[in-house]
Amino acid sequence: MINKVVSGADEAIKDITDGSTLMLGGFGLCGIPENCITALVKKGVGQLTCISNNAGVDDFGIGLMLQQRQVKKMISSYVGENAEFERQLLSGELEVELIPQGTLATRCMAAGYGMPAIYTPAGVGTEVAEGKEVRNFNGKDYLMEYAFDADFAIVKAWKGDTAGNLVYRFTSRNFNPVMAMAGKVTIAEVEELVEAGELDPDQVHTPGVYVHRIFQGSGYEKRIEQRTVRTKS
Amino acid sequence: MLDKNGIAKRIAKEIKDGYYVNLGIGIPTLVANYIPEGVNVVLQSENGLLGMGPFPFEGEEDPDLINAGKQTITTLPGSSIFDSAMSFGMIRSQKIDLTILGAMEVSENGDIANWKIPGKMVKGMGGAMDLVASARNIIVAMQHVNKAGESKLLPACTLPLTGVRCIRKIVTELAVFDVLQEGGFKLIERAPGVSVDYIRKATSGKLYADDDAPEMVLD
Repeated sequence: MINKVVSGADEAIKDITDGSTLMLGGFGLCGIPENCITALVKKGVGQLTCISNNAGVDDFGIGLMLQQRQVKKMISSYVGENAEFERQLLSGELEVELIPQGTLATRCMAAGYGMPAIYTPAGVGTEVAEGKEVRNFNGKDYLMEYAFDADFAIVKAWKGDTAGNLVYRFTSRNFNPVMAMAGKVTIAEVEELVEAGELDPDQVHTPGVYVHRIFQGSGYEKRIEQRTVRTKS
Repeated sequence: MLDKNGIAKRIAKEIKDGYYVNLGIGIPTLVANYIPEGVNVVLQSENGLLGMGPFPFEGEEDPDLINAGKQTITTLPGSSIFDSAMSFGMIRSQKIDLTILGAMEVSENGDIANWKIPGKMVKGMGGAMDLVASARNIIVAMQHVNKAGESKLLPACTLPLTGVRCIRKIVTELAVFDVLQEGGFKLIERAPGVSVDYIRKATSGKLYADDDAPEMVLD
């Protein structure tokens, strides 16, 4: 079995350079690659284009990279939780491209499935459609949207094996599987790294062929954005 | 006149047994509290969950289990988890029977604006554009007028659009409306104690209202 294991986050991201395009998995702060984000901040690479559904919060997630002015452009569907993001956007330091969430996911999926483009009805008749090809199928209009082209995809899984197979837990799955499929180089950090053979092949979510580097992360904070509970009656 | 919970309660009457439902943030979330006994529905959260359960008990929150509003939630027997592409795949292919979402404006031809106010910080459309472009059955839950007292049911939207010709039903604190295929808001029911005249004055888009439009029955 091909071994994909690297020593840790620093080695996994070592060839990410200024100006790279990165995909970062996660929805809000759920299922984000915490260890790789920390390593990217430490490495100090800049002028990055980040494709990620959200942009973290001020002091966690991609927000940490924004604080260090490492991000040139964000491609996201929702960026509402981050004051530093707003400041950089209004001052012109940061570029942002907002795209519908399903379009974001499906443009990742297309890249992973080897399809150059997709057609989606999301955004027809809105400013999202500006400059895009519109095509009518069966009486309904669709926009052509291109597959993403990312240098690196950085994802977080619950478990992984030395062959790069990944298993996610609950809704921390979100964008991680489709981004894992879409990167030219895919880096996976996992909470628990096991030997090949220890994961049930029937239960693997992302096959190892999509994963180039894998390591067991540490110190996961897994911050909760909106803690909502009910009380026992 | 209805409060937010009243709007949610009225919308809950539109939910049929066996529906898969996507609830947006705000008033739509409250609808889950009023689904009638014996009506089995499955709630979709577009970050990748079918079968969304209630909030967890204190101390049982799991950071890996949240809804699209980033709130901690639970699963239910029969729940399933999937990735974001599949989540919007089931939305696009109309497997979700009903979508309930909020709006800033709705036009008489069914256009909706709910994601952007020029001059204000733009947060993004999230999944709203995907939902309105694909869903067969969309109900808008919103206040009838904005903070300045102006109608949100308009001849044409003034804000940037989220989707075109997609809204078929609106529930506000004043009334229930169908949006007609040929254009116009058709008054279906009045909220308790609200006159047809009052609704006429609060609606700037084309309104079709019978003087004897029925009052809604909530319980």
